[in-house]
Amino acid sequence: MSAAKLARRRIGDVVFKVFCWGVTGLALIALAAILWSLLVQGFGGLNLDVFTMSTPAAGSRGGLANAIVGSLLMCVLAMALALTVGILAGTWLAEYGGRSKYGAVVRFLNDVLLSAPSILVGLFVYELLVAPFHGFSGFAGAVALALLAVPVITRTAEDVLLLQSATLREAGVALGAPFSYVVRQIIWRSARGGLLTGALLAFARISGETAPLLFTALNNQFFNKPWFDLRQQTANLPVVIFNGALSAYDDLRRLAWAGALLIAATVLAVTIVARIVAQEQKRS
Amino acid sequence: MSDAALPSAGPPARRAKPRGSLIGQVFEGLCFGAATLLLASLGGIIVSLLIGGWPAISKFGIGFLFSSTWNPVTDVYGAAGPIVGTLITAALALIMALPIAGGVAFFLTELCPAPLRRPIGTAVELLAGIPSIVYGMWGLFVFAPLFARWIQLPLMAAAKPGSILEALTTGIPNGSGILPASIILAIMILPFMAATLRELLLTVPAAVRESAYGLGATTAEVVLSVTLPYVRQGAIGAVMLGLGRALGETMAVTFIIGNSHAFPKSLFDSGSTIASTIANEFTEATSPIHTAALISLGLVLFLITFVVLGLARLMLRQQGAKL
Repeated sequence: MSAAKLARRRIGDVVFKVFCWGVTGLALIALAAILWSLLVQGFGGLNLDVFTMSTPAAGSRGGLANAIVGSLLMCVLAMALALTVGILAGTWLAEYGGRSKYGAVVRFLNDVLLSAPSILVGLFVYELLVAPFHGFSGFAGAVALALLAVPVITRTAEDVLLLQSATLREAGVALGAPFSYVVRQIIWRSARGGLLTGALLAFARISGETAPLLFTALNNQFFNKPWFDLRQQTANLPVVIFNGALSAYDDLRRLAWAGALLIAATVLAVTIVARIVAQEQKRS
Repeated sequence: MSDAALPSAGPPARRAKPRGSLIGQVFEGLCFGAATLLLASLGGIIVSLLIGGWPAISKFGIGFLFSSTWNPVTDVYGAAGPIVGTLITAALALIMALPIAGGVAFFLTELCPAPLRRPIGTAVELLAGIPSIVYGMWGLFVFAPLFARWIQLPLMAAAKPGSILEALTTGIPNGSGILPASIILAIMILPFMAATLRELLLTVPAAVRESAYGLGATTAEVVLSVTLPYVRQGAIGAVMLGLGRALGETMAVTFIIGNSHAFPKSLFDSGSTIASTIANEFTEATSPIHTAALISLGLVLFLITFVVLGLARLMLRQQGAKL
């Protein structure tokens, strides 16, 4: 090999390494800048009022309490719906029909749904639950969020159920238990940790979703009456943030930053817990 | 098997169904129903978009796709502006994010000092989960003023009248527009693509990498001629997943694109995407045909992303990657 070629290869390698170091640095700086302004601006807007008072009109005191409660209610309801459908669908794919043609189609479309634009899910639920009943509602918001969570849960459920060893199933069946009993009492139980991880990841995914809520739950300046009644328009953090950020008033913008910080912190915390659960699962 | 040795007793006597067999059937039925519900929801999205958008589709016909008039006052709608805006911003975002995401993934798998590998890898994965509205707010309040001050103004000042640069940089230097929106989109899909590519590169068997190093290949050669080709198909799938996200992203774009329905004339000109148009106008739509036009826009977005995401999944599937 000629010396010139060797030199060219060395230079190419150095250029490549410098490029990789450089872009990683650049990416980390950009992302750190985002987190930094989120922390600074978010903590700047955070005070006790944020947790105790309802959305203010511009210029008056107020907080995010109604939006926090609304978001939590919708997310909890959405998760309840999504876990039921998602785990059952994942179970069908893993234990019953996953190898059939139909199973392959379901799996493929679930994967597409997993990354489908959330705003389209919002439009769908608008057509399904808002337009026919002539009203935006927290319930419609929860259904939209559930639709976004189901593919995540289905996917993780199928994956973790398939990880459970076949001998476990055989042992259960050999003891004379009906197969559905084996699935529910043995397979689900031994896959608990993985199912929990999937649920947490789905929760993290939906808790910051804004687009689908714009045309389903809409917003509400106040608490619903009674506070848990999701049949009315319901305040929620993402939409309050959206409106606040687009408003011309500094106090509403500060509130929007505080809300964004709350959401991002929740998402990060839930994701980290999910990772810890997954690690524990791997170890045991 | 021993079954053959068993004495056959004519037609088998009807065996009593074991206790709980009904529960088993019901349970299997429920599981099947849940899987079918999933399919139905995807079908429901298509059908509802078709029904909801039908007034606009039947009124404007195929011209809806090619007309750039969007006028709620006269109720004449054409989707060309938002469609072009969607494609341009997503393409620009991909062009910017792809080399960087690749660089980060290569760095994490080949170059990163071992103690930093896990923390940076984890950080990238966590950032991929940050809600997009946070990126949008940062773009609007932090990035846009800086972009106007340090990029737009100097570039516009430097552009000679009549030059290509001038054509690319006309507009109002307020920090919003096609290019800033693309940059925010790029930053948003960056962690996602980097994390996916890293995950793929980690699936390359150690023996493959090591034998390449053993033959005397440099790091660049190992990555570009061995590990990357090894996961080629999956990598294309991962990139297309990123493209799918960029196409359908709403919040990161809506804040900063400027929301004008005309064709963008330059990189700094304001524009709109399908998602930003729907987000901005849907609840304030002035007439039924306006709502229908917005829903037809949604249908267009659905068709575009469905093709992109479908292809992405097929390629990832063939790579055997679970992402």
